[in-house]
Amino acid sequence: MTGSEALLAAALVVPLVGAALIVAAGRRPNLRDGIGIATAAVLAVVVIALVRDVLAGARPRLVLVEMLPNLSLAFSAEPLGATFALVASVLWLVTAIYAIGYMRGHHEHHQTRFYAFFAVSLSATMGVALSANVITLFTFYEALTLCTYPLVTHHGTDEAKRAGRVYFGVLLGTSIGLQLPAIAAIYVLTGGLDFAPGGILAGHVSPAAVAVLFVMFIFGIGKAALMPVHRWLPAAMVAPTPVSALLHAVAVVKAGVFAVVKVTVFVFGIDLLRSSGSSGWLIYVAGFTILAASTIALFQDNLKRRLAYSTISQLSYIVIGAAMLHPLALQGASLHIVAHAIAKITLFFAAGAILVAADKTRVSELDGIGRRMPWTMGAFAIGSLSMVGLPPTAGFVSKWFLLQGAVASGQVVVIAVLVAATLLNAAYFLPIVYAAFFRPLPDGAAQHGEAPLASVGALVLTSALTVAMFFFPELPLALARAFVAEGQ
Amino acid sequence: MITPHLPILEVVLPLVSAPICLILRSAVVAWWMAVALTWAAFAGALMLLGEVLNAGPITYALGGWAAPWGIEYRIDLLSAFVLVTVTAIGSLAILFARAPVAREIPADRVYLFYVMYLLSFTGLLGIAVTGDAFNLFVFLEITSLSAYVLISLGSDRRALTAAFRYLIMGTIGATFYIIGVGMMYMMTGTLNMADLAARLPGVLHLRTIDMALAFITVGLSLKLAVFPLHFWLPNAYTHAPSAVSVFLAATSTKIAAYALIRIIYTVFGGPAVFAPMPIDEMLLGFGMLSMIAASLVAMFQDNMKRLLAYSSISQIGYMVVGLSLGNVEGLAASIVHIFNHAMMKALLFMAVGCVFYRVGSVRLADIAGFARRMPITGAALLVGGFSLIGTPLSIGFVTKWFLLEGALEKGWWPVAAIVILSGLLALVYVWRIVEAAYFRAPAPAVEGIREAPAIMLAPLLILAAINIFFGIDGTLTGDLSIAAAQALVGTSP
Repeated sequence: MTGSEALLAAALVVPLVGAALIVAAGRRPNLRDGIGIATAAVLAVVVIALVRDVLAGARPRLVLVEMLPNLSLAFSAEPLGATFALVASVLWLVTAIYAIGYMRGHHEHHQTRFYAFFAVSLSATMGVALSANVITLFTFYEALTLCTYPLVTHHGTDEAKRAGRVYFGVLLGTSIGLQLPAIAAIYVLTGGLDFAPGGILAGHVSPAAVAVLFVMFIFGIGKAALMPVHRWLPAAMVAPTPVSALLHAVAVVKAGVFAVVKVTVFVFGIDLLRSSGSSGWLIYVAGFTILAASTIALFQDNLKRRLAYSTISQLSYIVIGAAMLHPLALQGASLHIVAHAIAKITLFFAAGAILVAADKTRVSELDGIGRRMPWTMGAFAIGSLSMVGLPPTAGFVSKWFLLQGAVASGQVVVIAVLVAATLLNAAYFLPIVYAAFFRPLPDGAAQHGEAPLASVGALVLTSALTVAMFFFPELPLALARAFVAEGQ
Repeated sequence: MITPHLPILEVVLPLVSAPICLILRSAVVAWWMAVALTWAAFAGALMLLGEVLNAGPITYALGGWAAPWGIEYRIDLLSAFVLVTVTAIGSLAILFARAPVAREIPADRVYLFYVMYLLSFTGLLGIAVTGDAFNLFVFLEITSLSAYVLISLGSDRRALTAAFRYLIMGTIGATFYIIGVGMMYMMTGTLNMADLAARLPGVLHLRTIDMALAFITVGLSLKLAVFPLHFWLPNAYTHAPSAVSVFLAATSTKIAAYALIRIIYTVFGGPAVFAPMPIDEMLLGFGMLSMIAASLVAMFQDNMKRLLAYSSISQIGYMVVGLSLGNVEGLAASIVHIFNHAMMKALLFMAVGCVFYRVGSVRLADIAGFARRMPITGAALLVGGFSLIGTPLSIGFVTKWFLLEGALEKGWWPVAAIVILSGLLALVYVWRIVEAAYFRAPAPAVEGIREAPAIMLAPLLILAAINIFFGIDGTLTGDLSIAAAQALVGTSP
């Protein structure tokens, strides 16, 4: 086992070990939370080291077990998976710090269970990011659904259980109902499921079959929240905010779009899709999702729901980037995985901080709150700018590449959608920032300050990252370029 | 010295020890004997499997009478595989049985339970090893008759009507089977399966043979509980004592599936040879109907045992669909599902048995929230549930994968779609149990209960481990069933 293979194994195992230790230390909260942060830190270091190896050209590969003849659980690292793993692991470290402030400040119950499932979810995320074949991706995709279910229903109320059922039903229903048969069909047609540059389907299937399989994959990956399989995401907002922040803005949803991009490039292959023309519809579906979700977000008064619909809309930026089948657009998709993650997690952190400190969940209650919570709302403003896609934030970088891809491939529809989405995003984010800073506090507003230090520190950090990615986009850009070079 | 006689010892030892238990009239002795015998049979089955893998099929002439005249026992890969499955279940179920049997069955009848258990076990092993169509009938009756008695031992009086219904339906099934065998004997003059296989091609076009196959298929389908011949099964599984549900649910229908595969493939040479009578298409249709209809019914059950019973009918559909596809992957799916379904259903019924042992009810409303008090049982139930759904890393996935492969290889998309749909329906009914177990407020009966006793948990955990292990690494069972299927379809090198 070489060094990078060991890192690959460690990325999967570290969170699991962490979960076991968290359970073992369940009776001593300080120790338990210390273990949580330590685990996240170790994972982040492991993944950063792995990313360095991948950028240096290493492609470690690890076969865990052969499930059936010719069907194995295997892992490998390539630039796109490394990007996703990097984002998830670094943001987990930040979330782990934030969660301590939030969970304690909000007096949540069953914290041990919460942290343990959180860690297991990260292991499943790493499994998705580092999968070497479709069946491994599918397995960990399902595992991620299963181990985030207890987090979604954490509060145990009837509302939480109903939401849990939607979450579970949509995600498992689409994956078992559409994705699994598509995987089986590909296996029967090609005799293998390993991801390979240029795809594995070329030469094995008719254009009609390519079209059908592509539809089954795209809608079978419910986590990408393409309309009409997006309902689970707003439902999942009943979860505690750290879950919404890391899992439903980063790990789970990015697992979805990551799978879409990965399957598009490494299973179907850009050339095959381009020549068979079976992915053209996706531009329209993703474009519709971007605009429709943004429009719905305009009318949401609940802050977390507004953010959820914004996520649905932003995920389709990534899908549309893949659907354009252009190198620049694919770079944009890869960059947007990073850009959206750091900005959206900032927004969720801010929403959670507002809940903990001011006990407010509605957009209409936020008048003047920027005076009480300047750091939080400042970070929120930066996150909002990134959602809109304005400099100096990360969102501008990825949108720039998406637009370049659209222009280069002559996709007028995409250009129009991106412009309209920019306006819509501005329309539902900037009024929040305006109200927070420039409207007066209502009379008799309760006295409160900022949320606990751990939470505020975390959200300031992620907003700093959002700005930093604008000025120093080298690392994500290098990964995106390497990914596109490999996918050709 | 013993090895050459292993095939017959597998059958004779439990058969002889049953009357001994009857004479001794001691529950304790009977249990120890049953444990010793079932585990010995398991060890024997593993040795037989090893030998078949090394040296090919084993034949054993009963009493030294050569094959066409005497009864021949013939153990090929399929027999050995089924033998291992049945003995594994038998030896684990007997460990589990002691505590619930002592509680659910009146003390003066407990030893009778073990007598009947051993007899039923004998019958199952006999079916697996015999190479004689009539002898198969005899063993089928031995195992069924003792099963009727086992079910009627249930503490609920409805167990009696359930057993009676099973008796009537099972007897009809057995009668149909023997009528079919009689017709084949009439036309070929032999009862030995290998002989039948050799002589049937000469008379295949005759209507009598068509009728024989029809009778046999319907008869065995009754025993197998294929929809719509399943009416005996839900009540029988629901009202039987916990240990009996475990044992029967995991073995009796599985052995009927084995018998059906044996008759259709070994004796008749595959389902596709009957051009005028499309038996494969009919089995395929009824198999798919079982998968969907039974799952739909299972979704609305409030009694966990009944829910699992309907789920069994649905899972039987997987086996029937697999064997009717007629290709290696499909048949391999059937064969591997004999093992997989035995393991997952035994696990689930054991978990429900543990709950019943502590809570005293199997209704979803009464057991709400039990998993918090019985974490091990709850986790085992979860593992079994995932196997039923067929999620990756559970044994159910192995079957589903083979079945999808078999259906797609023939280009039969609708069959693949039905398999997927059935998995989704399983998700719904499994999740009802999981929600009740984990996410509902504890019911009054659940307050203050403890985890089940260790002797019940041990086999439960072993089964859970099997469910996970063979799901993660399905190569062993997968390769075995593919090899067995290749031998039956006749494509083996």
